[in-house]
Amino acid sequence: MTTIEKEWAERVRAAAAARTPLCLRGGGSKGFYGGPLAGEPFELCANRGVVAHEPTELVVTVRGGTPLAELEELLAEKGQYLAFEPPHFGPGATVGGCVASGLSGPRRANAGALRDFMLGIKLLDGRGEVLRFGGQVMKNVAGYDLSRLVAGSLGTLGILLEVSLKVLPRPVAEATLRFELDEASALRRVNELGGQPLPVSATLWQDGVLHLRLSGAEAAVQAAGARLGGEALAPAAAQALWTAVREQTLPGFAVEEGGVLWRLSLPSTAPALGLPGRQLVEWGGAQRWLAGAVEAQAVRARATELGGHAVAFRGGDRAAGVFQPLAAPLAVVHRRLKQAFDPAGIFNPGRLYPEF
Amino acid sequence: MMLENEALAFGETEGDFSAVDKARVVEALGKVLPPGTLMYDAEDLRPYECDGLAAYRALPLVVALPTTEEQVVAVLRICHELGVPVVARGAGTGLSGGALPHTRGVLLSLARFNRILKLDPLARTAVAQPGVRNLAISEAAAPYGLYYAPDPSSQIACSIGGNVSENAGGVHCLKYGLTVHNLLRVRGVTIEGEIVEIGSGALDSPGYDLLALVTGSEGMLVVLTEVTVKLVPKPQLAQCVLAAFDDVVRAGEAVAKIIAAGIIPAGLEMMDQPATAAVEEFVRAGYPLDAKAILLCESDGTPEEVAEEIARVRAVLEESGATEIRVSRDEAERLRFWAGRKAAFPAAGRISPDYYCMDGTIPRKRLGEMLTAIQDMEGKYGLRCMNVFHAGDGNLHPLILFDANQPDELERAEEFGAEILELSVALGGTITGEHGVGLEKINQMCAQFTTAEVRQFFRVKAAFDPPGLLNPGKAIPTLNRCAEYGRMRVSKGHVPYPDIPRF
Repeated sequence: MTTIEKEWAERVRAAAAARTPLCLRGGGSKGFYGGPLAGEPFELCANRGVVAHEPTELVVTVRGGTPLAELEELLAEKGQYLAFEPPHFGPGATVGGCVASGLSGPRRANAGALRDFMLGIKLLDGRGEVLRFGGQVMKNVAGYDLSRLVAGSLGTLGILLEVSLKVLPRPVAEATLRFELDEASALRRVNELGGQPLPVSATLWQDGVLHLRLSGAEAAVQAAGARLGGEALAPAAAQALWTAVREQTLPGFAVEEGGVLWRLSLPSTAPALGLPGRQLVEWGGAQRWLAGAVEAQAVRARATELGGHAVAFRGGDRAAGVFQPLAAPLAVVHRRLKQAFDPAGIFNPGRLYPEF
Repeated sequence: MMLENEALAFGETEGDFSAVDKARVVEALGKVLPPGTLMYDAEDLRPYECDGLAAYRALPLVVALPTTEEQVVAVLRICHELGVPVVARGAGTGLSGGALPHTRGVLLSLARFNRILKLDPLARTAVAQPGVRNLAISEAAAPYGLYYAPDPSSQIACSIGGNVSENAGGVHCLKYGLTVHNLLRVRGVTIEGEIVEIGSGALDSPGYDLLALVTGSEGMLVVLTEVTVKLVPKPQLAQCVLAAFDDVVRAGEAVAKIIAAGIIPAGLEMMDQPATAAVEEFVRAGYPLDAKAILLCESDGTPEEVAEEIARVRAVLEESGATEIRVSRDEAERLRFWAGRKAAFPAAGRISPDYYCMDGTIPRKRLGEMLTAIQDMEGKYGLRCMNVFHAGDGNLHPLILFDANQPDELERAEEFGAEILELSVALGGTITGEHGVGLEKINQMCAQFTTAEVRQFFRVKAAFDPPGLLNPGKAIPTLNRCAEYGRMRVSKGHVPYPDIPRF
């Protein structure tokens, strides 16, 4: 164990004994997300640095407090990247926070989500024990897949000391195409394209315009571009667009005072929402953003009806619950899992669900 | 049952099921299962005594063959009430003894859950019952230009439920992922008889990622009744490069160079000389027999993409010292290249009365060390070994050849295998890449995980299965077992797990 790990393990044991809630904090870039922050602040940025990067193994192992930007820079030097295109939402974003929030960017529907790139973790649990699950290899079915379980758990299961992620070579070529299409036609179009062997790597529909990004081998991107038509964006404009989508700096994501930015995760073929508010559609139809002052009950009911779920992503009454409530048998499993990792209930209480 | 005392947490000792009363179990199950779906005479139980790991055999108390989810619920409720172990089984092709029956338990076969319930070509999803064969899904999707990507070599026979339970891979998973990457939803029943829906038609779900947790959980958490998978478009073209090397280590280095060049091939496989010789005799794939190792590297995509990638792969292979390079000229030749690789296991069975397949995964850069060590072990144990690898992802399948009718050959094969697995861990890898722990590799789990980690696995199991009735004794070793195993293999002068009670 490193000095920091020893020190933190002691602090966790003391907090568990005293039942002192801890509010885990990396760069603080995603404090807006999930239930309200509660507990004694526990700063995680000091535990930083790259433990190992073997470009030919397609694996990187880093400490949780490592700035996400630093990791991305290191990978870029070797022509690699995090294919799930994680959002930063602030200059201080850390890798630990990235994994704990479990968020993925525009490439998700095609390249996979953050959880798909999780290979292993070193975790400090609520007993102050340092546990390793998974590893640094691509295929590993020894023991339950607890590294993926921790991805997106919002710090409720423990402190991420280290994570091992699969990395990929950066695509050689990219192009972005623009089409004028209404919502229903755009939804049909992106789903039809999804069934064809084309190098689509992101989609965005907003205000009657569909943007498609293509990524891959030079020849493949060129051939697909020629076949699909549309209006090609200049490379700089295209890059700015997808960064703005990933970081939600596009005006469509803005919420007025008292409004909520809803994220609806739905089957890609789900029809138009038919709810009031501004909308952006990503992930080939599978992720829809709705900004406005819509009644929470109405949004959740519509998401359920369409076969998915809704998250109050930004704004609104966080204490009332940000995530869709769980079915009873799954809620029981969740409480038992929380208990298994954090018996004293000290890590980020209420951040995922008000009950734990 | 949940224990209050943390010090006596789960996983110390194996459950004791000696009090299970067969007559009572038969009577209770007979009330909820239709005639002909409950078997309890020894001769009817015999076909279920083992899975694909035939060296391990046991007769279950009874075999239940439910046909509906209601029957599964009823069977599990009864087992929960009577405290009877339940082992779920799909096609029984698993290679780690995961579906080995429990002698005091119910073997729950899902063979009759064999229908594809829905296929949605626009959404690119298929909903299948767990007993549906892997290949049947791709066949049903083919008219729409779609397929289900994970393709374990046993795909003609293995079931999708089993694939989920083992997180099955295949020869194309470097590019297309494992089962966990191609799954959207499962529906299942807990030991308490509760129906759970994990995942949906959407790409993610609220709460913890239980879909990932259930994938690869080896029937320890929940019994599956439905699986929703993603379908992906069939590439327009696939082409395969066959490269020969006069040195195994050089072939391994070529693999690393391909990856380093920024290429993610659709498949990247390696076979050593004993393996190519064995399959060549069997399927006549046209492999060069004088090569110490061959690589198969597949490229797929649009014709332009494939041409570009094949040219890059060829350049890397030439630079890496390949003695011969062939590119498949048509689909028939491509399939012939693969036929040899996919026939490696049956070919081993043809040249040896028995074989034992290992499944360790190591960082690719340690491949040379591993191969040299395996060669030494062949001498040490007096047994031959042929090697096939999913080289792209470092997953090794050494096939240890032995004859169970010869005294102590099985024991030597097992020890040989155990040494390979423990070396996999020591080289920074894992004891199993895709076949699962089952019963076969349960002792080696003690080498890979600490006491605290093993305890945590038991707690996670208890979150789904508090009484520990689903597939007991598999996948995760009890601490008592690890202590016993450690006693036999005292390493570096100290005993692992010193703090727990012994037998």
